[in-house]
Amino acid sequence: MTYDTQFTGQTFKSVGTRPLRPDGIDKVTGRARYGADYNLPGQLTGLILRSPHAHARIKKIDTRKAEKLKGVKAVITSTDLPDLTDGDSELFDILDNCMARKKVFYDGHAVAAVAAIDAKTARAALKLIKVDYQVLSHVTDVDEATKPKAPLLHRNCFTEGIEPKPAKASNIASRSEFGHGDVEVGFEQADVVVERNFKTEQTHQGYIEPHACVASFGPDGSAEMWVCTQGHFTFRQQCAALLGMPLSKLRVTSTEIGGGFGGKTHIWAEPVALALSRKANRPVKLVMSREEVFRASGPTSATSIDIKIGVKKDGTITAADAVLRYSNGPYPGVWAMLGAMTSFACYDLKNVRTVGLEVLVNRPKTTAYRAPSAPMAAFAVESMVDELADKIGMDPVAFRIKNAAKEGTKSSYGPVYGPIGIGPTLEAARKHPHMKAKLGKNQGRGMACGFWFNFGGQTCADLNIAVDGSVTLTVGTIDVGGARASLALVAAEELGIDYDDVKAVVGDTASLGHNDMTDGSRGTFSSSMAAIMAARNAIEELKNRAAKMWEIPVKNVIWEDGHAKAKGRGKKYAKLAPLSLADIAAETPNTGGPIAGYSELVADGAGVSFATHICDVEVDPETGRTQVVRYTVIQDAGKAVHPTYVEGQYQGGAAQGIGWALNEEYIYGADGRLQNPGFLDYRIPVCSDLPMIDTQILEIPNPNHPYGVRGVGETSIVPPLAAIANAVSDAVDVRMTHVPMSAPRILKALKTEH
Amino acid sequence: MEYTAPQTTKDAVAILAQAKGSAHVLAGGSDLLVRMKGGFIEPDLVVDIKRIKNLHQIKHNANSIMIGAAVSCAQMGANKRLKKAWPGVVEAANLIGSDQIQGRCTIAGNLCNASPAADSVPALIAAGARVKIAGPKGRRTLAAEKVAVAPGKTCLRKGEIVEYIELPKRVARSADAYLRFIPRTEMDIAVVSAGVNLTLDRKGVITKARVALGAVAPTALLVKAAAKAIIGSSLDEQALEKLALACSAACRPIDDKRGTVEYRTEVAAVLAQRAAKIAYSRAGGK
Repeated sequence: MTYDTQFTGQTFKSVGTRPLRPDGIDKVTGRARYGADYNLPGQLTGLILRSPHAHARIKKIDTRKAEKLKGVKAVITSTDLPDLTDGDSELFDILDNCMARKKVFYDGHAVAAVAAIDAKTARAALKLIKVDYQVLSHVTDVDEATKPKAPLLHRNCFTEGIEPKPAKASNIASRSEFGHGDVEVGFEQADVVVERNFKTEQTHQGYIEPHACVASFGPDGSAEMWVCTQGHFTFRQQCAALLGMPLSKLRVTSTEIGGGFGGKTHIWAEPVALALSRKANRPVKLVMSREEVFRASGPTSATSIDIKIGVKKDGTITAADAVLRYSNGPYPGVWAMLGAMTSFACYDLKNVRTVGLEVLVNRPKTTAYRAPSAPMAAFAVESMVDELADKIGMDPVAFRIKNAAKEGTKSSYGPVYGPIGIGPTLEAARKHPHMKAKLGKNQGRGMACGFWFNFGGQTCADLNIAVDGSVTLTVGTIDVGGARASLALVAAEELGIDYDDVKAVVGDTASLGHNDMTDGSRGTFSSSMAAIMAARNAIEELKNRAAKMWEIPVKNVIWEDGHAKAKGRGKKYAKLAPLSLADIAAETPNTGGPIAGYSELVADGAGVSFATHICDVEVDPETGRTQVVRYTVIQDAGKAVHPTYVEGQYQGGAAQGIGWALNEEYIYGADGRLQNPGFLDYRIPVCSDLPMIDTQILEIPNPNHPYGVRGVGETSIVPPLAAIANAVSDAVDVRMTHVPMSAPRILKALKTEH
Repeated sequence: MEYTAPQTTKDAVAILAQAKGSAHVLAGGSDLLVRMKGGFIEPDLVVDIKRIKNLHQIKHNANSIMIGAAVSCAQMGANKRLKKAWPGVVEAANLIGSDQIQGRCTIAGNLCNASPAADSVPALIAAGARVKIAGPKGRRTLAAEKVAVAPGKTCLRKGEIVEYIELPKRVARSADAYLRFIPRTEMDIAVVSAGVNLTLDRKGVITKARVALGAVAPTALLVKAAAKAIIGSSLDEQALEKLALACSAACRPIDDKRGTVEYRTEVAAVLAQRAAKIAYSRAGGK
């Protein structure tokens, strides 16, 4: 098996070109099948009953009337999903979130579900389920939840990561700390020290496709599921564990996906659909409404972040300190920890300390959202970096260049960096024409940097060469952003054939070994690595077959430009014309059967990612309305396999960041209920809200990937909050410390500060 | 649920008058269908008025323009004479929803939905629109500002439907304008809005004015004090200042997910000033 992932600096034929994506026509014509487009004979409609309370004890659930309704085939509660988690608290929390047990922890928490012959019957059945709640006091605000007298979500929650363990329970699930040096000493060396609190509101990934699945449980105890997911292998693992079945008996097929952004890395309704199907002995389709998507899936953390940074007049940062409180919903996660790790990752700092506090609140479970936790930390840090540059009279780009991390820098979260792109993105920003463009009335310019770790993970790919010489590449990472096109390019490159001769598909869980999810910007990074290795293994076999056809030793066969070539002296060799992949494929029935290349690996060395964004805004001083009028993304891609989809990732992250910065937020009433579970009042940007987002791809090769590829999917959402805040500050001279910077907040700030 | 599509107003009225349970009139359906699909209402009867031919017309009469209750906002936008006479009303109607929704939604529906944030309503009120209603006891006419009585509630009686919305004939040196504040650029709902209709004399002095505000009270408001503040002026700074004060004073908004009391009160004045300036310029004022 070939497994050498070193970057070799080869020149490319296919990689770096921009062919059409194989899924494009189906998507624009409506032929593509998403989660809700799958149907099975005899299928039932599943619906979930959800808590109207933010926090309540479930005293009793009476399902008898619903069960008796004609057309109802199954009603389930938590008793139909018994606790099989065997002390695995993380898995237990997933189970409890999918179907509440003793308590409901948020408005929208699932308490029961029905499967019926149609939606109308299912809706009627939901109304017949009687849940007896004892309503408890609740807390939804991240700062309120940390107060000593706040309502407690869990009586047995004693903050982890503090020695000795606290004696009193609280809503702070854990504390994490990162850094090096001594910040107190650093602050003493500073000429200017600024300290501020920043707040960001909770946002949703806003994927257009709601969660949807069809589950079919057979009487033999095996099941199949079609689901819109970012990781069907992980969904299989978690669902099988919760339902108590062997992994091999649950076959999961991922459908096309209408956006995920991290929100589809978690299971929600899938175990419920499986449990309903098991009980009803019929296939069950479960599709969330938009309201359910908002109330019960997805959101990222709301945060409250204290930042303190000290600088010398020459622009050297002497110390940086941060305390980051991130809401987690009702279950402990690692969201503040990720914020604490990423906050100062762009800079080379002598003295740095970050503390993350995971705060439990009566809101839906916090889940991953594109570079999870990094945008909020970057908002706080990059806003303050901007302010400090202004205070010492230094250009904000020059100030950042002076303090930027570089190869060999010990990062604020621990590791020492290899070759990285923060310096080059800043240099590119400095030279970019956008930086010099003239600004109009009430307009301002801001810039900010961002960091994301990127991830590799378990990956497995299979490459099959058909008798006509065409190639199918089967991967196990689902395609959210054009990955099939990119991976087909990689296979074509390696085999030396045309892009059009490679069809890349996503295999189901029965067709490949385990693949981690498409998260951490790993889809193209890790699956391209696997595709390269699979192709190289196939090439070994192609050489064997050529040797057989030529009747020469395989050591005398080389692979070059998509052909087997015979290397040897004498008359015999002179006659041997190169054999194309198609020539060899045509003979496979006679030379040993089909040719396949396979690879299984853990894609290490993902290579960290950096970006710098520049943004112009126009603020209406009388209404506080802010319009982004120009936007530029500069980011390191390592190697852009398919530049169009790299640009798409850059633009998409910026677009989501603009929505987050200006308008998107979860609004809870005093009753703890979500006030805006719909796209009318949860405002993601529409097309006309955005300028054309300009992109510049830098290519600083990742030494740990054969082609130098780095993940590109997430970093682009990290800088926008701060870039826009800095632009607003430049336009109307108010420092916005609360995101979203909605019109009422900006107008209020204008009135108070001017 | 029963669905029926009568061909005459008379039949529609008769069916609605005899209906038992909850009955709803369907014009464009851009509010009704959303509420039905969202499970907020479960009507027993839906009466579709789109088969009633007369209600599809925009009629330019000697003294007024009649807009049928089934006329879509897109149709209004495509009607050059209407647009020229009442640019403010048409721009308000054309701000509702998206292109797709424009092909369905109607101003009669917008009025009867009785949302305080309805876009076309402040413009209709400022225009002095009159609403022609047919019912079991015959026909009656109401001023646009009298139709909605509370959020989601109109003064229409059982069996009554809106047949036409009547706009006065456009007189010389007069024009209207409408502005709303939304956080997005489109596909949104007004946080606050203002409609202004002005008539000038030959010297550019305002002789008649109507000012209406949306989303600052339980129903869209006709603000007479705001009109008074600018009548007799050439919309100078002082008049604009008085207009702003009168508008803010008339606001009785609430804090909600879309905006604060403070914000709505302040921005209502800003929008009224800006709409007044546009209307003034459209009317030929300099």
